Amino acid sequence: MELTRRDAAAALAAVGATGGVALGVRRAGDGGTGDDGSAGGADGAAGDGEGDRSPSDEAVREAMAAVATAVYPDAVSGVESFVDGFLDGRLDGSAHAEGIRAAVAELESSARSWYDAPVADLETAERDELLRELGADTAEEDPHGTTAERVRFFVVNELLIALYASPTGGELVGIENPQGYAGGAESYTRGSP
Amino acid sequence: MSGAESVGNEGGGGTEGSDGDAVDRTPVPDADVCVVGAGPAGALVADRLAGDHEVVVLDAGPRFDPEDRLARQERAIRPFYDRPDVWGVGGARDAHENAGDWFYPLNHARVKGVGGSTLHWQGMVMRLHEDDFNSGSTRGVGPDWPIDYADLRPYYVEAERELGVAGASDNPYAPPREEPHPMPAFEPSYSDSLFAEACESLGIDMHSVPNARNSEPYDDRSPCVGYGTCQPVCPSGAKYDATVHIERAEERGATVIDRAPVQRLEHDDDDSVTTAVYATPEGEEHGQEADAFVVAAGGVETPRLLLLSDSDRYPDGLANGSGHVGEFFMDHLFAGAGGTLDEPTRQNHVGFYTSACDQFYDEADETQAPFKLEFFNYAGPSPVEMALSGDDWGDPLLDRLRDGYGDHVAMGGLVEQAPDADSRVTLADDRVDDHGNPVPRIEWTVGDRALDTIERANEIQVEILEELGADVGWVAGPDATGPAYHHMGTTRMSGDPDRGVVDADCRTHDLDNCWIASSSVFPTSGAMNPTLTIAALALRVADDVDARLGEA
Ligand SMILES: Cc1cc2nc3c(=O)[nH]c(=O)nc-3n(C[C@H](O)[C@H](O)[C@H](O)COP(=O)(O)OP(=O)(O)OC[C@H]3O[C@@H](n4cnc5c(N)ncnc54)[C@H](O)[C@@H]3O)c2cc1C
Ligand code: SF4
Repeated sequence: MELTRRDAAAALAAVGATGGVALGVRRAGDGGTGDDGSAGGADGAAGDGEGDRSPSDEAVREAMAAVATAVYPDAVSGVESFVDGFLDGRLDGSAHAEGIRAAVAELESSARSWYDAPVADLETAERDELLRELGADTAEEDPHGTTAERVRFFVVNELLIALYASPTGGELVGIENPQGYAGGAESYTRGSP
Repeated sequence: MSGAESVGNEGGGGTEGSDGDAVDRTPVPDADVCVVGAGPAGALVADRLAGDHEVVVLDAGPRFDPEDRLARQERAIRPFYDRPDVWGVGGARDAHENAGDWFYPLNHARVKGVGGSTLHWQGMVMRLHEDDFNSGSTRGVGPDWPIDYADLRPYYVEAERELGVAGASDNPYAPPREEPHPMPAFEPSYSDSLFAEACESLGIDMHSVPNARNSEPYDDRSPCVGYGTCQPVCPSGAKYDATVHIERAEERGATVIDRAPVQRLEHDDDDSVTTAVYATPEGEEHGQEADAFVVAAGGVETPRLLLLSDSDRYPDGLANGSGHVGEFFMDHLFAGAGGTLDEPTRQNHVGFYTSACDQFYDEADETQAPFKLEFFNYAGPSPVEMALSGDDWGDPLLDRLRDGYGDHVAMGGLVEQAPDADSRVTLADDRVDDHGNPVPRIEWTVGDRALDTIERANEIQVEILEELGADVGWVAGPDATGPAYHHMGTTRMSGDPDRGVVDADCRTHDLDNCWIASSSVFPTSGAMNPTLTIAALALRVADDVDARLGEA
């Protein structure tokens, strides 16, 4: 099933961000002008990709889209633009957005030390392995917890909530009006389509 | 701002809400009426009086930013957050103790802030039945109310209009009504249609159920758009909450001060309340003076505030000449059962129910409590919530979701609890809140009549589910029951000053200028969700306050 812009807009609406996706435009702040100001290595790190350098919006998008291919079922397509659209609204300078950025930084740092490559360059099976090695599969989400718990919260569950609160994600399971999606007050009266 | 982590934990001392330099929390000079609490009771009183009087509302909690509702909804869906986290309940502000036979999860059962617990509520709004006002004489249980259904009837009409109720007149068991509900009822759900066949063959009647939720645009608020998270948050505003009346009261000139927990009420030597002493986030204490005071702080904080206001003249607490402040704490007990069918049941599209059965309600007597039955539209897990916990993702997760979602059915029900003086709210001996005041201690006990009635409700529920062909998977009976989060009875109404805290007008027997607007005045509780009755009583309180201010 193809994930559409409508799905991304719905997923965003479900979590309270409006984002450019609804209008089909990219926010002007894209590309590393986040509040953290450290996107360009302002922390003085050598810039070798290791350490806790804060990734730019673009890097966050790439990593999240890469992880999505591992945590989304094979049946969905259009993942990259869906995730991109979702993050248009999600990377809004909020505390939550900074949580995503920090968790992605840690994920990237593990990818580089264990696989010597950024998440986006890994095979899908390696992305899955990386998440499991980090412990994100058995961790319960916790925005203030261990690395595993934060990756579960800000990366894995972030992507899963986006998918399963969207109409296409819901339809995969048999509910075209999933919780979190304003799918109207009629579908509950009807039998299965 | 988006994201579950972008809103605060107010009860834990978070800084979210309307703190900051710009907010003036000083008392209003020359106030006529001071209302304590900005839930539906306080909001309705304030709105009704604001046009003609100088009204001040003090609330312990914050003003929540409407922009944050989706972030709060995300908290409702994500497993990390407990229900109280959605509206920042908990922490030192909301500490409490349990000392009874039964555990009472108080912070799941209330919200503090502008809008009160209706921010979290489900929004089911029924009138009490005529016999509920005469439980003593018709059922032999508890006292009669000093007022009748007829006294409240015109106020019920107004309350339905104020809250915006979608309902129909197809319920043969409902008390008499004079005109249709303000909005048409929601259509029955797909699963209602499955239940209907089973009920018909058993001779059990199903009918619509009144919802404080817009089935069409009403009062400048959106119709329901199907977010499906009504409890604990409706992002669209289709579900009524008391911010509606707070906003209107402010438009009419009322002053609403948030994060201003009232510490105590002070009085003079003529049995009048003079001042509500409240704290501010800046650590100051102010005194709000007024001619009339309406305490509307919910069924637990209302008796607590009276007990905290003890003085030489009233050593057992304010308005407590009867000794009954805090006693007779009641809630409605949940009875439920559920299972699975071998066909799709279409659950969790919306977060409210559309059909009920009041057929057995008025069978009540000394041994059987009134009870009602509900047909759920949200049985079983919601896929998005399931997706967020588990060791799997990708295809295995999708398989698990498909397995887990789709064929659940469930019924709920509420059962009356009889009043019992030993079920009560008192002050804790050695535990204090963030302002050094003793926290509420809850001793909740539930009698055999309620427990037996839960079993009776379960029998009917299981019979219906079996007739439906369901594989019954769970029954919430007397051992698994819990409260419906309706706090009642703790400042009971009685014509006799020895037997109750407030009189038939909800004015305290002991203090001339102090009213209580809350389900805490219910002498008995019936089995209907309380808030429509709270709203009707609040409007009636406002009229009485208005009349007495006019006399003065
Ligand atoms: C999960 C849930 C579901 C519910 N579903 C339903 C339903 O379907 N139908 C129904 O009829 N009812 C339902 N209820 C109950 C309903 O929410 C309450 O009956 C209603 O909100 C009570 O209104 P109130 O104004 O008396 O008190 P509240 O709404 O609790 O408001 C009291 C206010 O007083 C403030 N306050 C407390 N102490 C002080 C103080 N010392 N100083 C200043 N302010 C103070 C609090 O901050 C709060 O804002 C539900 C409740 C919950 C929690
Ligand atoms: S389903 Fe509930 S939460 Fe959603 S819009 Fe309707 S009332 Fe609001």
